Amino acid sequence: MAEDLSGLDTFPKLLLHHARVRGDRPAIREKDLGIWQTWSWARFADEVRSLAGGLAAQGFKRGDHLALVGDNRPRIYAAMCAAQCLGGIPVPLYQDAVAAEMAFPIQNASITHALVEDQEQVDKLLEILPQCPSLAHIYYDEPRGLRHYAQPQLMSCDKLLELGAGFLKRDAAFLDAEIGKGAGSDTAAMFFTSGTTGAAKGVVLTHHSLIDRARAAADMEGLNDTDVVLAYLPPAWIGQNIFSYAQPFVTGYCICCPESAETVMIDMRDIGPTYYFAPPRVFEALLTQVSIRMEDASALKRSLYRYFMAMARRIGGDILDGRQVGVLDRLMYGLGNLVIYGPLRNVLGMSRVRVAYTAGEAIGPDLFRFYRSIGINLKQLYGSTETSVFVCVQPNGQVKADTVGPAVKGVELSFTPERELLIRSPGLFKEYYKNPQATAESKDAQGWFHTGDAGYVDADGHLKIIDRVKDVGKLADGALFAPKYLENKLKFFPYIKEAVAFGHGRDRVCAFINMDMEAVGNWAEKRGLPYAGYVDLASRDEVYALMRECIEQVNLDLAAEPELAGSQIQRFLILHKQLEADDGELTRTSKVRRRHVGEKYASLVDALYGGKEVIHVEAQVRYEDGRTGSISADLKIRDAKIFPPAAARKAA
Amino acid sequence: MAAGPEARAHRVGEVILAVDGVSLAFGGVKALSEVSFDVREHEVRAIIGPNGAGKSSMLNVINGVYHPQRGTIRYLGREYRDMDPHEVAASGISRTFQNLALFKGMSVLDNIMSGRNLKMRSNILLQALRIGPALREEMEHRAVVERIIDFLEIQAYRKTQVGRLPYGLQKRVDLARALAMEPRILLLDEPMAGMNMEEKQDMCRFILDVNDQFGTTIVLIEHDMGVVMDISDRVVVLDYGKKIGDGTPDVVRANQAVIDAYLGVSH
Repeated sequence: MAEDLSGLDTFPKLLLHHARVRGDRPAIREKDLGIWQTWSWARFADEVRSLAGGLAAQGFKRGDHLALVGDNRPRIYAAMCAAQCLGGIPVPLYQDAVAAEMAFPIQNASITHALVEDQEQVDKLLEILPQCPSLAHIYYDEPRGLRHYAQPQLMSCDKLLELGAGFLKRDAAFLDAEIGKGAGSDTAAMFFTSGTTGAAKGVVLTHHSLIDRARAAADMEGLNDTDVVLAYLPPAWIGQNIFSYAQPFVTGYCICCPESAETVMIDMRDIGPTYYFAPPRVFEALLTQVSIRMEDASALKRSLYRYFMAMARRIGGDILDGRQVGVLDRLMYGLGNLVIYGPLRNVLGMSRVRVAYTAGEAIGPDLFRFYRSIGINLKQLYGSTETSVFVCVQPNGQVKADTVGPAVKGVELSFTPERELLIRSPGLFKEYYKNPQATAESKDAQGWFHTGDAGYVDADGHLKIIDRVKDVGKLADGALFAPKYLENKLKFFPYIKEAVAFGHGRDRVCAFINMDMEAVGNWAEKRGLPYAGYVDLASRDEVYALMRECIEQVNLDLAAEPELAGSQIQRFLILHKQLEADDGELTRTSKVRRRHVGEKYASLVDALYGGKEVIHVEAQVRYEDGRTGSISADLKIRDAKIFPPAAARKAA
Repeated sequence: MAAGPEARAHRVGEVILAVDGVSLAFGGVKALSEVSFDVREHEVRAIIGPNGAGKSSMLNVINGVYHPQRGTIRYLGREYRDMDPHEVAASGISRTFQNLALFKGMSVLDNIMSGRNLKMRSNILLQALRIGPALREEMEHRAVVERIIDFLEIQAYRKTQVGRLPYGLQKRVDLARALAMEPRILLLDEPMAGMNMEEKQDMCRFILDVNDQFGTTIVLIEHDMGVVMDISDRVVVLDYGKKIGDGTPDVVRANQAVIDAYLGVSH
């Protein structure tokens, strides 16, 4: 990019720059009463100034924290920058969190000021006010329903803006002086990481870290001020902050706020973003919608769809990666683009997408290839709150379904002997707020951040994440065993709902399979295979054959990976019941509690390793109404074929 | 849930609608006999009663669908007789329907726009061609409709065919269309019927918000006692076409005749 941003080391300085250089270009759009309303960079800067003035008039000063709670709204982002203008620290909180969850961050950072979207959020803050005596000012953007609230802490944003305008009139030089005092090493924002693994921690990030990472990725992708992004994920999530705040501030592109959470799909079609992020589950939901609608389409459309999608699977990815493809194929793909892929991209709102990212969890290879095959440049990235997101990104033309790409410029990767990934990057967080112990545990003296993820760098220099370090084990011969990696691979098959892999300290890998009742039920119906219920279907030889095919497919994949070839699944059984959170087998967020399952079904595990063909089980089940009953069944145990490692095969 | 009377934006005011000694019979069947009650400006007034008590008949009388054989109705101080539904509507009384009367094949937006019909002045030809003053007018009406869409949180369904929406949302569209007329009095015929708990709570909130935000006077029929008692200022109880109770929810709840009508008495 030609634009010279040197010396602009804080977000407020960048804002003023854009207001000067591209004052009439759009900065933020919001759909209101059915019409997209646009704030130009100049308008955005005015709004920020007034808000900052208002906050200053209300006693907000350098080093104070401003809680922000709400969906993606221009005001929320303006307030973020307003706090930074004054040397304060915005703390975005998840808007769908319950009141009690908001108490900790507010107490932890002794937050005095909060700016929230609407009545819902005001109610939550008022609810926790007794536990949070520091909270003295609550500003709200949307006044609806709040007319009768008499609490002295409350004030509308409009009133705040008015105060601000008055304040700035009295002291015109104040704000520019405050912005001038800011430095890149100042704290820019604080994000609380979800407390699923212990108490929530406030991750402190500086202007320098966020700007550096935002710019590195923007340069890599060639983002500029003509790009458009739909801001639809929670602002409290670091990724949303990067895509809707940090990156627009370094490139000058425009973000668009949807009308409501339900209208995201419609708004996306309106806007046609060029740069898009979604976690795998969103891509999966979109594909499901497409598939369902195709099922209802006419026979002609269905057959066209099938034909061209088969072709896209074959050559679409290669065309996107710029690899050699035959002339006839290219022509046919062009035709497909006209009748299927183009309209499909349009329905998905992705006609103009140049760069799409997914991250957060493993994405199924079929799902990933589907989007790439129809010409959407979907790529994977790796990062976390502590690293200002961008650690690894797949560059154009080097996209693989099972890696997250090479390190982005400026990032160093390293591994401990336990294969834990260590990161050193200009984007690293400063500290965990008021938690030196946690900071010391995750950031060592040499500045390496310990991610807790296990992985390795493959032959092409791409990072591959396999599991959490604490879950990675070793087989008896010392080979790597990454249960989650195997389980994810299995779960990508629609027929497999859950899988539990065993192998730590054993001589080979065995697995429990939990079939997906709906998918396997449909499959059985189509084949005219009668069954009485879950237990009966799960014990059918046909179903065992189906599962064995899936497992052997996984084994074949594993054989191609030198690090993991030893953990091919040799024996398996299909469980007689669904794993349930109510029975303590899954967590509330539907993750398998591997150790617990292993203990609960110890006899089954023994049978897998003991070479038995059949094992009788009797299990207690708890029904939703609290009653308990028991299921008894004879489970079959079957072998799966394993393949010699690819390296060995080549050598032979 | 209901804001206390001291917190209301619009104080309950003077009597705006007075029903006096209304009797209605279909042949030998007496639907209403000598029913009298009044409705004050800005209040939420409920008409309750068991099945067949004459609630819907009462609403249809106010609405001008039925003309009572005896008795009078005074609206804004003027007695009206034999007004047709469209005349009643034009005078500022709009309604929703128990079984919905939406245009199922039309979009949500078009359905709500149809509520603005009475307020459109340009002729039908100009409207059809969308030219000149008709275009300007349509834009004004659309702005009003958009505010209602925002108010009732149905932005995601503007272009959706009404027939494809779940029942609870259709009810909301019905309410939106009635609101599009910017009525002084809104008649709601069993707004909660057939809804699940969550939809009922949403609907209650919308009714109270309409009353609070726009100051619309609301007359609603409902047989779900719990809901009515929570949101109404005053309640009329009908049984077999006769008024058997009238007053605040607390008074009505304690009224022996009402308890008997609802729970039955052993004779």
